[in-house]
Amino acid sequence: MDLTLSESELAFQAEVRAWLAANVPAEPLPSMDTAEGWALHQEWEAKLAAERLSVVSWPRDVGGREASLIEWIIFEEEYYRAGAPGRVSQNGIFLLAPIIFDHGTPEQQARFLPSMATGETIWAQAWSEPEAGSDLASLRSTATRDDERGGWVLNGQKTWSSRATYAHWGFGLFRSDPNSAKHAGLTYYLFPLDAEGVTVRPIAQLDGEAGFAEIFFDDVFVPDADVLGAVGAGWNVAMSTAGNERGLSLRSPGRFCAAADRLVDLWKTNGDAAPQARDAVVDAWIGAQAYRLFTWGTVTRLADGGEMGAAGSINKVFWSELDIQLHETGLDLLGADAELLETPWMDGFVFSLSGPIYAGTNEIQRNIIAERILGLPREPKGLSNKEVAR
Amino acid sequence: MKFELTDEQTGFAEAITDLMRSADSVVVARAWAAGDTASGAGLWKRLADLGLTALVVPEEDGGLGGTLVDLAVAFEVLGHELAVGPWIESAALAPQLEGEMVTAAAAPLAPYAADAQVARLLSGTAGATHASIDTTRTLTEVSGGDPFDDAAIDRAVLACAAQLVGAGERVLADTVTYAKQRKQFGREIGSYQAIKHQLADVRIALDFARPLVFGAALGEVPVSAAKVYASDAANLAARTGLQVHGAIGYTAEFDLSLWLNRIRALGTAWGTPAFHRGRVLAHITSTAPAGSPAEVI
Repeated sequence: MDLTLSESELAFQAEVRAWLAANVPAEPLPSMDTAEGWALHQEWEAKLAAERLSVVSWPRDVGGREASLIEWIIFEEEYYRAGAPGRVSQNGIFLLAPIIFDHGTPEQQARFLPSMATGETIWAQAWSEPEAGSDLASLRSTATRDDERGGWVLNGQKTWSSRATYAHWGFGLFRSDPNSAKHAGLTYYLFPLDAEGVTVRPIAQLDGEAGFAEIFFDDVFVPDADVLGAVGAGWNVAMSTAGNERGLSLRSPGRFCAAADRLVDLWKTNGDAAPQARDAVVDAWIGAQAYRLFTWGTVTRLADGGEMGAAGSINKVFWSELDIQLHETGLDLLGADAELLETPWMDGFVFSLSGPIYAGTNEIQRNIIAERILGLPREPKGLSNKEVAR
Repeated sequence: MKFELTDEQTGFAEAITDLMRSADSVVVARAWAAGDTASGAGLWKRLADLGLTALVVPEEDGGLGGTLVDLAVAFEVLGHELAVGPWIESAALAPQLEGEMVTAAAAPLAPYAADAQVARLLSGTAGATHASIDTTRTLTEVSGGDPFDDAAIDRAVLACAAQLVGAGERVLADTVTYAKQRKQFGREIGSYQAIKHQLADVRIALDFARPLVFGAALGEVPVSAAKVYASDAANLAARTGLQVHGAIGYTAEFDLSLWLNRIRALGTAWGTPAFHRGRVLAHITSTAPAGSPAEVI
């Protein structure tokens, strides 16, 4: 075991640190879920991209610098430590891009990745539906074949689509085989959000901002060129974990270590007034360190050719609960000032509350851990789509 | 950068595991608890012959020259296989080149000397003896003992934390096995989400405890952080393990009880959680300002 960084890794770290120190906005940007904040976050992405820092692990021809997984973690660590803006391009670069790298055609890679890297095109996910949340495979939105035009016609409704209010393009699963059930017969589509027949209705979140939206599809045409992966293979395409090495299932420890450090700073100024928060401050710091060290173990495994697999679920439950714990403790330290919006803690807290829900609820993650890692027996089968319809 | 055990370290762990299983370490532990320490002394000798007590003694002094990571590897197995005897004292606190069974008190973290009825007390005078909830541990008051340096204490705390992780892993493994066999309402209790989610939480806690133990061995975090987290994780394993087993788990006859009581004892031995949280707090509030470049990644 050895956690020392190589010469080139240290040089990369120094470069990133210096650039961020010189360029991170002194004042936090307005929320990305407002028109003004959205534009400023897009500008920030362009600035990062000009230095090839927006997607460091990507190949050079699509805007990256072919950084290793270790370097990606270093980048993230520096990024959050510097207090740099949230990534408005997150859904695209972390969720969609790994799928395009693994399943996209060369034409799709060339067409979609460069503008994703510069932040010129921002992507929104379209997974959930009103009747398909945790049971995602029961989704009902349809894709009907249109041979004449050479493509598919989408109909239905998606919801809880992060960033869809202002985003340019969306990605999601639709049922392309009407006779299929559950995981079979789904296809992965890419579509512009200003296409004819698409209606986006913003949804105000807990904090009042339109961070997610509903998307209605009314005979929306998608050409064959915008189908990602094979027709009917959408579920496996969406769930493929091969993109791990580009950071898909990893949530960088940087953000939690930076938050824990800020929490310790807050303890130094406010601890006298809130001594009961002592143990929680310590536990939050230990938790962030545990996550940092755990991640280095994961990175070592992946670098040796291992796969993330179900271990991603262990990751997800841990960081999402740690994030809430960190922010709750910060609010405890603020006492009656906790409810004031002028500190970053309430904003961070409200955001952290979504963690155990999105990207697969923590209940679903615990099922995966129990069944796929501990080997406990599966639940007796639930109802099929047809049975539900009856 | 490589945060993973080497093949050599995994092999060492396997060697200890094999030796202890072939010696029936649980039977040995029960005999030891009943006052018959002969089989325990025999197993001690065989483990000492592997070099366990001299593991972190430098090579130039005739030891194995192992690292603290090696020490943590060994102690995780000792926890998993329920080793008896003063291993923390003889292999971590005051490593013994000749494999001798020694013990000591180190107040305030370890106010009593463990197993002084069979081990040589390194310094001070033995006083009254007390029984522990862990029936394999006999605790003796010591007056006038010599103090240990910080490095020795840290090794002992690290060894204790590693043992807790090993004991927690054992309880989880045995509980998962039980939950796959035990049927109620016509199906395995492990197929119910109420059970699954509790066991998943134990898996998560232990998965994050281990990197802290190895991180502490590398000097990345204070050993106190590892001890706090490892005892919390092991306690969660013990509480959950007992609950999932139900009444059978609450019996002395069922072997699970040996680990449950070991975890309870080691949780406060070598520094209570409150003591170690205090040390972590002192560390994070006194070191270089948060986010300073001096901090290693």
